[in-house]
Amino acid sequence: MKKLKSLKTTTKVDFATYLGVIAAFFIVSLLRSQGLLNRSLTGMLVPICCYIVMAVSLNLTVGILGELSLGHAGFMSVGAFSGIIVAMSLQSAMPVAWVRLLAALIAGALFAALAGLIVGVPVLRLRGDYLAIVTLAFGEIIKELINCLLVGYDENGLHMAFNISGTLTIDDLHMSPGAVTIIKGAQGATGTEKLATFGAGFLLVMVTLVVVLNLVRSRAGRAVMAIRDNRIAAESIGVNVTKYKLIAFITSAALAGASGALFGLNYSSLVASKFDFNTSILVLVYVVLGGLGNIWGSIIAAAVLYILPEALRQFSDYRMLVYAIVLILVMLATNNPTLKNFLGRFKPRKQQGKEAV
Amino acid sequence: METILKVDNINVYYGSIHAIKGVSFEVSQGEIVTLIGANGAGKSTTLNTISGLLRSKTGSVTFLGEDLGKVPAHKVVSRGLALVPEGRRVFLQMTTQENLEMGAYTQSGKPNPADLEMVYQQFPRLKERRKQVAGTLSGGEQQMLAMGRALMSHPKLLMLDEPSMGLAPILVEQIFDIIKRLHEGGTTILLVEQNAQAALSVADRGYVLETGKVVTAGTGAELLASPAIKKAYLGG
Repeated sequence: MKKLKSLKTTTKVDFATYLGVIAAFFIVSLLRSQGLLNRSLTGMLVPICCYIVMAVSLNLTVGILGELSLGHAGFMSVGAFSGIIVAMSLQSAMPVAWVRLLAALIAGALFAALAGLIVGVPVLRLRGDYLAIVTLAFGEIIKELINCLLVGYDENGLHMAFNISGTLTIDDLHMSPGAVTIIKGAQGATGTEKLATFGAGFLLVMVTLVVVLNLVRSRAGRAVMAIRDNRIAAESIGVNVTKYKLIAFITSAALAGASGALFGLNYSSLVASKFDFNTSILVLVYVVLGGLGNIWGSIIAAAVLYILPEALRQFSDYRMLVYAIVLILVMLATNNPTLKNFLGRFKPRKQQGKEAV
Repeated sequence: METILKVDNINVYYGSIHAIKGVSFEVSQGEIVTLIGANGAGKSTTLNTISGLLRSKTGSVTFLGEDLGKVPAHKVVSRGLALVPEGRRVFLQMTTQENLEMGAYTQSGKPNPADLEMVYQQFPRLKERRKQVAGTLSGGEQQMLAMGRALMSHPKLLMLDEPSMGLAPILVEQIFDIIKRLHEGGTTILLVEQNAQAALSVADRGYVLETGKVVTAGTGAELLASPAIKKAYLGG
């Protein structure tokens, strides 16, 4: 106990975050094995994990780096479809399902990181609204590109075509009979094998937490936060602004890609328009309501706000109206000074009279 | 005395605007040199060019015998050149101590406690505010913090961009006292100021800039006594 007290507050919060996620996983697993979760909730477990990863990774860009990105779903999309292609084309080479899932997640992360690099280098020179607009455009461009993509797999390897003219069909890939069609343009990925499991989702959340929390508490993280607080001052003390902005942005993109790969392998069919502007905004809402720069806040916000619309089904037509009202109430409540003071009393190690010194 | 910074005939443009027109000056070891001039004279532009944020089209900036022309801005600090930017730029969400520790960013390993102690000795007020978030400090304290942070990188030359801007007269006095103390401690300082009277009274030498050109140079006392300077900058 004494040892625990000597730790820094941030370290304690980090540990509590890890423990909370692990505890939540075991409780949910237990409930599930007892058959206490209904069907719709069981179906939501993997997407919840995906959106937690999305929210935590977007928090890295928006909360820690301080740049508003409206194209986070674009990275999820890149990860989802590259993950699906890898998982489907390795079906014969890697018969073990979890190995294929791992390969898909890694591929998703790598391709999304590559997209992050390509977008990040020009975009991070921009600031504020301009950056937001360009990332928004990136998300839309990715959506349109994947809408044109035809991918199939046979014994000769992968076949790919860009259906830009709109006249190509899957037959134009000239594959041998018995080939697997992976992505059919605007119809998206169909017949995908569902590899995602709740356990994999939990592990991905843990990996994301380890990556993000370690990055934030490291030397690089300090530099990133210094850039957020004051770019000119950061430059004046010798921080390489471009480098650290890119590190944060690419890490964020890679995690979103891994989350997308898991998401894609949770459904037998998936269309590119799933990852549109609304999805980006949805994740941004999780981040903002959870608190900018607050990692455990993002986790809770993502989990609760993903379940909420489903839980509100009884309001039928008024569902989204109630959802919006709940969002507004949460915002008002968390910004209320009286409530803040009240909650502040429960914070550990509140030093009274510090100001008087 | 050994010359540590030599600025030779620099010309800086903002697009088509010719902001600095052939400025040359030198700073020797242990000196306080001040650049004074009105708004738009090119003082800050000169400092930004030295620290690598802007590039000169001609001439050179030599620091300790090394040409800084090709050195990127973030590498300049590790060469021993620290800039305290204009307008009290501190990391608002970090505490005073964290701000100071960020100043030692280019040093490898953990920040040296002796360096922190040295800064706290120079700025006792910062020690009182050690755990306080920098955004809640007063303007004067933020200026002290920005200066203390620059000192954490062991600069061989400290460049101060208008440290007295927007401060009450009593605080301006304090800031200049600190500058004098740092000078007595052996720090070389390049000071950019609009407050010509105060700057010249602490400076060994001064250069007067006007619309991007050096118009007069001399020792602090000479410039203070010069009727032309008095008329142009000190009023009356």
